[in-house]
Amino acid sequence: MTTTLDLVLWVVVPYACLAVFAVGHYWRYRYDKFGWTTLSSQLYESRLLRWGSPLFHFGILAVFLGHVMGLGIPKSWTAAVGVSEALYHVMAVGVGAVAGFCTVVGMAILIYRRRTVGPVFSATTRMDKLMYLVLAIVILLGLANTVVGNIVGHYDYREGVSVWFRGVFLFDLHPALMAEAPFTFQAHGLTAMLLFALWPFTRLVHVFSVPVGYLWRPYIVYRSREDRLGGQAPRRGWDRVGARYRR
Amino acid sequence: MRVMAQMAMVMNLDKCIGCHTCSVTCKQTWTNRSGMEYVWFNNVETRPGQGYPRTYEDQERWQGGWTLNKRGRLKLKAGNRLKNLMTIFSSPKMPSIQDYYEPWTYDYETLTNAPLQEHTPVARPKSLITGKEMSISWSANWDDDLAGSTELAPSDPVLQKVSDKVKLEFEQTFMFYLPRICEHCLNPSCAASCPSGAIYKRSEDGIVLVDQDTCRGWRKCVTGCPYKKIYFNHRTGKAEKCTFCFPRIEVGLPTVCAETCVGRLRYIGLVLYDADAVLEAASVEDDRKLLDAQRSVLLDPDDPEVIREAERSGIPRDWIEAAQRSPIWSLINRYEVALPLHPEYRTMPMVWYIPPLSPVVDAVSETGEDAENSGNLFAAIEHLRIPVEYLAELFTAGDTAPVTAVLKRLAAMRSYMRDINLGREPDESIPASVGMEGEQVYDMYRLLALAKYEERYVIPPAHAEQAHGLEELATECSLDYEGGPGMGGWGPFGEGSGGTTPIAVENFQALKQRQTTNTLADPEDKEKRVNLLNWDGKGRPEGLFPPAPGNERGAPERMDGTDPGGETDPKP
Repeated sequence: MTTTLDLVLWVVVPYACLAVFAVGHYWRYRYDKFGWTTLSSQLYESRLLRWGSPLFHFGILAVFLGHVMGLGIPKSWTAAVGVSEALYHVMAVGVGAVAGFCTVVGMAILIYRRRTVGPVFSATTRMDKLMYLVLAIVILLGLANTVVGNIVGHYDYREGVSVWFRGVFLFDLHPALMAEAPFTFQAHGLTAMLLFALWPFTRLVHVFSVPVGYLWRPYIVYRSREDRLGGQAPRRGWDRVGARYRR
Repeated sequence: MRVMAQMAMVMNLDKCIGCHTCSVTCKQTWTNRSGMEYVWFNNVETRPGQGYPRTYEDQERWQGGWTLNKRGRLKLKAGNRLKNLMTIFSSPKMPSIQDYYEPWTYDYETLTNAPLQEHTPVARPKSLITGKEMSISWSANWDDDLAGSTELAPSDPVLQKVSDKVKLEFEQTFMFYLPRICEHCLNPSCAASCPSGAIYKRSEDGIVLVDQDTCRGWRKCVTGCPYKKIYFNHRTGKAEKCTFCFPRIEVGLPTVCAETCVGRLRYIGLVLYDADAVLEAASVEDDRKLLDAQRSVLLDPDDPEVIREAERSGIPRDWIEAAQRSPIWSLINRYEVALPLHPEYRTMPMVWYIPPLSPVVDAVSETGEDAENSGNLFAAIEHLRIPVEYLAELFTAGDTAPVTAVLKRLAAMRSYMRDINLGREPDESIPASVGMEGEQVYDMYRLLALAKYEERYVIPPAHAEQAHGLEELATECSLDYEGGPGMGGWGPFGEGSGGTTPIAVENFQALKQRQTTNTLADPEDKEKRVNLLNWDGKGRPEGLFPPAPGNERGAPERMDGTDPGGETDPKP
């Protein structure tokens, strides 16, 4: 039986957060392209960054892929290609632990750096601090899940959280599954949703600027002055002769 | 053949007196902002010296520019695309703020606020990065005029290349200034390094710009540029660079650095080049052949075939004519006295330099010999290995022959013109000895020595039919911009967020702020004076008359048509 609280926590909140996430990004991109940056602080300090940043970023990329596997792919699919429960378990815990460890160590270095290196700290906004807090909580809870789900007790998230998560996108709602999940899983899910809601308003937007296109584009970019200069299109009614219709 | 036009610059180093006017005016125009305190789009270096940022020319360390791979194809020295992406989280070859210098200000307030004390109060330096007190130990031109050179100059990467046995004894010391801006390369490695594709070359005039809305602050361009002329704005998190003052160039004005140059040593003009030939020219195997390769990419604007092709690729007629009158083309290919800075970086730089003859002239005159005599000068050029080798490392990848040739031409011009100025019969054997004709030498003299404004700067304005798209020509109300003139302020993500503001609006805001602010520019305890140019003649604006007795300041009698917030300047 799903209570109202369950409905709010596992249906209303996720949809609200994801809506903020989607609309927020659209709005931020429209309104604030200039603020859409990694806001690197490497100029101030690079010794700690050199270790912390790659550790964190590569770690979190692996963690992301792990989530795609764990949350996105139904258990029946992996079983169908012959991955047994035990094998999957070993793989997930093994790779996940390494990735999680890298992420946490990297994050620790980065937060330490941000707090102790004067110029870096003074370039930290309130939004950054909030984001760091939420991100750290999400990551630590995620790590706790590995411990709780595998070592302390046993919880097969692929039959609980994953089904609920996919359901959110498929409009096939299972709030009860989350209500049954261990507390750390619930907390991880909720704080992650909170992070998604914060996402478009933080520097995390740079995630969506992963420059994969760089691998294929020509080295030198030429641009014509006419179409871009001034950063603004001609006003309505003032198009040049021969200009094509803007649709 | 694909003809493209390129706005280029030549600097005549003989005339540079190292006054830094170009740097200061450039900074005032472009980089007097928070986040850009350490940035000099234009800087003047004393050579020999480490440069700015320190030892930036040591490409084994900084990995800027291009190099050839095993198959003889051009690749970024910092690594291929994949490596570039893999090192994105911590750009390993990026100079730190210490390699530029830690910018500072002084706490001038202490000078007036300090309590009565035995010693005179001093304004202590405060870091603009940490906000804390600091001791100044380096700056953008710390080794100006060879200051501390016995200690600093030996780590000049160019000097190290010249020879191991160079001793920097003061008797042998030579010195000249090297003003540097962005090279606006034909083959820009910064653009090639940019993962976001935010750095682009304008197809009309070849100016290399950073799209501030597309830049994501990956910092790869800083590594990619071997001249280290791309800077990271640590406040906005975006890369910025010299813009070749494009708003001025578009309306036919020279760049700020050129306009304000006291020595009148800068030349600006168009060159036409074959865009299809660039890659091949940049891939020439022998470093020392790069100079000729680069010269050959530039096209003769008087060649009918070039003109035809230029017109076919849409270059307007008046631009072609400007290219024909271009001082750049003359100095590079007609007189062959201009040389590119570090062609071995293979970026095809488009700011060229006329190497200085003065170290040679000085050396000759110190011996008591006639320093205007071509024979003496020629002998000295051959004899003074160090300056020539040093210049060769700068301009010709170490090949002394082109440098010697240029210096000889300059020396020949000196002695040939002296005869004319003294009313003597010109000696035609002098120009002949450097492969020129008297007439040609005279033309070169006109361009280099007289250097008339309209001959130095041949800048065709951008086209009127394109004007509507140009930012600085206010053919539409520049205040109609999104957010309107009330923009000021920033978006919700702190400063640096929100859309970019057109320069005209920024200027408007700055002016308004300066004229209406309540802080320093408008001291409460000083009377205001009225800018009569802005007074519409009606009423009595504040400050037109001294306050009437009993009438407090700030409550003047107002009449219709008077704008109390109107433009007023504080009394000095």
